Amino acid sequence: MNTTIMLFLLQDGITNGAIYALLGLALVLVFAVTRVILIPQGEFVTYGALTYASLAAGQMPGTAKLALALGIGAFAFDMFAARKALHGRLVLRSVLTNIVLPAVVLALTITFAAQKPPVAVCIALSLVIVAMIGLYLYRIAFQPLAHTSVLVLLIASVGVHLALQGLGLLFFGAEGQRGPAVLSGSFTAGALRFTGQSITVYGITIAFIVGLWLFFGLTLYGKALRATAVNRLGARLAGIRTTLSGQIAFLLASVIGALSGIMIVPITTLYYDSGFLIGLKGFVAAIIGGLVSYPLTAVAALFVGLVEAFSSFYASNYKEVIVFMLLIPVLLLRSLAAPAVEEEKD
Amino acid sequence: MSALLSVTNAHVAYGKVEAVRSVSLEVGQNQIVTIVGANGAGKTTLLSAIMGIFPLKGRVAFAGQDLSRLDIEDRVAMGLGLVPEHRELFVTMNVEDNLELGAFRIERSRAKASMERVYTTFPRLKERRKQLAGTLSGGEQQMLAMGRALMGEPKLLMLDEPSLGLAPIIVADIFRIVTELRASGVSVLLVEQNAQAALKIADQAYVMELGEFVLSGKASDIAANERVAASYLGFQHEGASVI
Repeated sequence: MNTTIMLFLLQDGITNGAIYALLGLALVLVFAVTRVILIPQGEFVTYGALTYASLAAGQMPGTAKLALALGIGAFAFDMFAARKALHGRLVLRSVLTNIVLPAVVLALTITFAAQKPPVAVCIALSLVIVAMIGLYLYRIAFQPLAHTSVLVLLIASVGVHLALQGLGLLFFGAEGQRGPAVLSGSFTAGALRFTGQSITVYGITIAFIVGLWLFFGLTLYGKALRATAVNRLGARLAGIRTTLSGQIAFLLASVIGALSGIMIVPITTLYYDSGFLIGLKGFVAAIIGGLVSYPLTAVAALFVGLVEAFSSFYASNYKEVIVFMLLIPVLLLRSLAAPAVEEEKD
Repeated sequence: MSALLSVTNAHVAYGKVEAVRSVSLEVGQNQIVTIVGANGAGKTTLLSAIMGIFPLKGRVAFAGQDLSRLDIEDRVAMGLGLVPEHRELFVTMNVEDNLELGAFRIERSRAKASMERVYTTFPRLKERRKQLAGTLSGGEQQMLAMGRALMGEPKLLMLDEPSLGLAPIIVADIFRIVTELRASGVSVLLVEQNAQAALKIADQAYVMELGEFVLSGKASDIAANERVAASYLGFQHEGASVI
């Protein structure tokens, strides 16, 4: 291997690693706040990417309709949960967030899809659509189970993943799609060529990590989210609703997923089921971070990206195997460090 | 004048075991009411159920409103506060963040003023305001838990074993602050194993044994009661060193 190839692989690894870092951070966040291991994170990636690619190609993405359908479901759940104490403001708020919002977005999507909208509009619409799907999924699939064990939540999570993947096939077909670059153009520095897209990936990742850091460190809602993660009962006693924290966590996770997808789809062709594997790499990073540590997860994600890049060069057939094998020593070490992990009871 | 908190014929069960049976109690405006009793009598369970942490059979009304359909967060918003036995602090966050979150539902401008008041009440917390809650001493953690609850502007503060595991000097401090709370218009429902100290500051008292109230009345009368003196006050002196 010469230096040029090594630099290429490094660059490739860091670009992918940056995306895994975002996904890993979202997984840690969702787990810490809601105890859900977010398997459907990969579907948020696919949905974001393919919604973006469809819109850019002038096609109508089915995800916009799914958002409205899920919104109606979420509204029904809201009404059922509040059936004994219904009042006007609650109904109005639920109608606005669960029905009016996705209906307006669906109308916008139909209008724009026909006329091949500019990249910025495609991105905005894709993000909003996937964000809504994430939010309503939490309401429908996870909020009613919030008091159950991690295992029950995990099974629900697998179910949601399978359902979304099937719907993905329905919406986008079995064909892969590519989207337009967010930022076109490129420049070279020495032997390395930086495309606008890879610069976008670095920029957005860094901006998001800084943004999350500020959100958690400085804002009341960010602190409330951390508080829920640290001590659920304590947070409730302070008047912080667990469901509010869960909603924010899912909203952030779905936006992060969709954004990652939008950043990947100009580089790689994505299929309806590609997200799962991408999400799993973020999951490997999150596990290395023990599902609690944000910095460790980010570093681990870069490492996963690099291992993947180098193993695809040396043994491309085995690259996934090698990446997932990283888990074995980590799990071994962690099991030795903490011999008895008790299931959380609350 | 109707009571601020009134509990009527409450039952609380853990599965099949009834931890609290047919309990009724009232806390009036500007009162300190204490529930004393041995370990395992069901005092903590009763407080948790009043807060909405466990389901409770029976009627609980706060400020004239029935609480049965309201969850913990709604009760907090109504002005009911609980400082739980295990304090439930946000241990990886600093003192100031813990306090700020206590006022999560309060207007920001008012929260600022509340924080100043809490710092005046607990100067120690001000000294340690950038320190992580988990690194505080037991007494400071208790102060922080009380401070956090006070940030939510409660009308009634329920304290679960605030003296547990603390040095006598700090216990005296905490009991003094509880009486100050009453003076500032906050009613207090105090659960204590340290019956002697609790009865000294309380207006009304209930004695709990095996999930039931066996005695109730003015705190001074309860303290003078021979049976209470024999089973709790005497016991307390020996028990104190064990704790």
